[in-house]
Amino acid sequence: MGVLLTHTHTHTHTHTHARGSKMAASVAELLAKAEKDEAEKLKSITVKKELDLEFDLGNLLAYDKNAVNLRDFRARKKEDFLRALARDNAQLLINEIWKLPTERVDGVVVAQLPEPSTRLPREKPVPKPRLPTKWEQFAKLKGIQKKKKTNLVWDEEHKEWRRRWGYKRANDDTKKWLIEVPATADPSEDQFAKHVRAKKERVARNELNRLRNIARAHKLPVPGVGLAPAAAQSRNELARAEQVARVSTASVGKFQERLPKEKPARGGGGKKRQFKPNVGDLSAEKQKQLELLGVIGNKKPRLDVTKAVNKQMRQEDMEASAKRGKGAGRKGKRKGKGAVSGGQAGKGRKTRKGLGKR
Amino acid sequence: MTQLDGVVKPKTRRSKRFLQTRDPKLTENMKTALIMKGGNTSETVTKALKNIYALKKPNAVLYKNKSIFVWLLMVILVFYLQEFFSKKTDCSLFLFGSHNKKRPNNLVFGRMFDFHVLDMIELGIEKFVSLNDIQCSKCAEGTKPLLVFAGEAFETVNEYKRLQSLLTDFFRGPIVPAVRLAGLEHILHFTALEGKIYMRSYRVLLKKSGCRTPRIELEEIGPSFDFVLRRTHLASDDLYKTAHKLPKALKPKKKKNISHDAFGTKFGRLHMQKQNLEKLQTRKMKGLRKRKGEIIQGKEESPKKTKVE
Repeated sequence: MGVLLTHTHTHTHTHTHARGSKMAASVAELLAKAEKDEAEKLKSITVKKELDLEFDLGNLLAYDKNAVNLRDFRARKKEDFLRALARDNAQLLINEIWKLPTERVDGVVVAQLPEPSTRLPREKPVPKPRLPTKWEQFAKLKGIQKKKKTNLVWDEEHKEWRRRWGYKRANDDTKKWLIEVPATADPSEDQFAKHVRAKKERVARNELNRLRNIARAHKLPVPGVGLAPAAAQSRNELARAEQVARVSTASVGKFQERLPKEKPARGGGGKKRQFKPNVGDLSAEKQKQLELLGVIGNKKPRLDVTKAVNKQMRQEDMEASAKRGKGAGRKGKRKGKGAVSGGQAGKGRKTRKGLGKR
Repeated sequence: MTQLDGVVKPKTRRSKRFLQTRDPKLTENMKTALIMKGGNTSETVTKALKNIYALKKPNAVLYKNKSIFVWLLMVILVFYLQEFFSKKTDCSLFLFGSHNKKRPNNLVFGRMFDFHVLDMIELGIEKFVSLNDIQCSKCAEGTKPLLVFAGEAFETVNEYKRLQSLLTDFFRGPIVPAVRLAGLEHILHFTALEGKIYMRSYRVLLKKSGCRTPRIELEEIGPSFDFVLRRTHLASDDLYKTAHKLPKALKPKKKKNISHDAFGTKFGRLHMQKQNLEKLQTRKMKGLRKRKGEIIQGKEESPKKTKVE
């Protein structure tokens, strides 16, 4: 608007000398012209619709509920009609978007979109809040508040501020350079190692408690001590559990009686070598040793028929597969590359394979 | 990943982040679409699937697996593929394309809630013009499109309403707080007319008009479809409601202590402590300051008296 006014101003200026009385008329003319121009410009972006469109600017969405003019649709070409309709709707939507508050981000004009108003279904259900841990439950019960602690603690030994926990912590128990042997302790015990072991135990207990909290949160069976019981245990699992239980006594299962129908443990019960008794049946021992000598001194080799047959069969299979593989490979090479690759492969093995490796 | 009797706990930070992106959250990720070919597909269907994949590019996966697709078993098929959907690709929208004599050029748009089918709508392609057939410069992929739905049917008919919601879900881009005004290039226009749904995709040209708001000119790019609505499988009302539940944390917070009177004046309440008027901080007039030896009524006499006595 401001630009227009200055334009008219200069225009009248040139005319002032020539026509004095006609100046008023020309000013009025120009003002009328200016108004008409404005109206035309606005016309270019206004669209007339029966019903106003509904907008959801958060989604850049517009709903046009007007009935489509079927006569128009059939009269004109379908594409042109649709395009004109689309243009009108797009114009209205853009008009609405341009009304939004804007700001300049990195030299680019950006419009702030509101929250989307159409409700669309979620992808996954609402997340459930996690269950409180054992400590959190206890604290809530007792009314213990969380005390905010400082990040850094003064370490007297190193004379600096160190973190409360983690790498290079202040007052590290395992990094003590001098430990006094307490009066009650065994003088030959390694106190430094004792501290390290204690720390490892603490870490292990912490981890166990963390996992138990997770199990409780996910409503899984919490293991008291040892293996966690699964829902339905198979026969093998039960057998294994029973075995573990048998060996979990102070004498490592040596004096545990066997149940009436229980069979001795498979795999020798942990024993890797069996020894025959030293005293007892000497004749059996003599027999065995003579047999052994006989086998060693035999001219003819002993033949295990099953083993031999299996070996033969396996060898035959391998030969057959090798022949098949070679034949197929050769055929393929013949089709694709012809004599060249054959020659190359023939010369030395270190051709394609060595070069082809990335 | 270590196992805790069915719960997978991640060992590395990377896998932990990966699992976290797939967890149910308050504000969700953008929905990804799984585009798949059904048993028998015609050239039209293949092209159509590829075009829609191009429209939805970064947030879609296109599978060429020719799985058997039967309508009634669709729900069961999705159940069977549930592990595939949830573990392999975290998709909640799907698009199946198939072709047989009874239903030529069939597209099934669907969406899922908690990896069970929520809505499925079958659309038949009557006319299809692909991206390649229309020769002009296209929009960059990943631009957020303007969506316009025209026609009374989208308001009145229930199935069309669901279709509108599904198409919005499918084609709207990521939810952004602000949008670049010059970057509004792409518009998708859906018209429901005479039992058919016309989908057109245009490029927006912002022309100069005299005022700030530009004049729009449209240029057709992109695929254009003439759909006809075939079968639908819509979710039951209560499942639909559960899917729309807003978590409490996201509900708009009511601002307290704001009230309006009949004239529209905004009121609020301020609660003040009791003020000591003698120690009040005010502007100091140098002339009115207390000076030594000045007689102030009542106050100075009493201390003098105690001294003497």
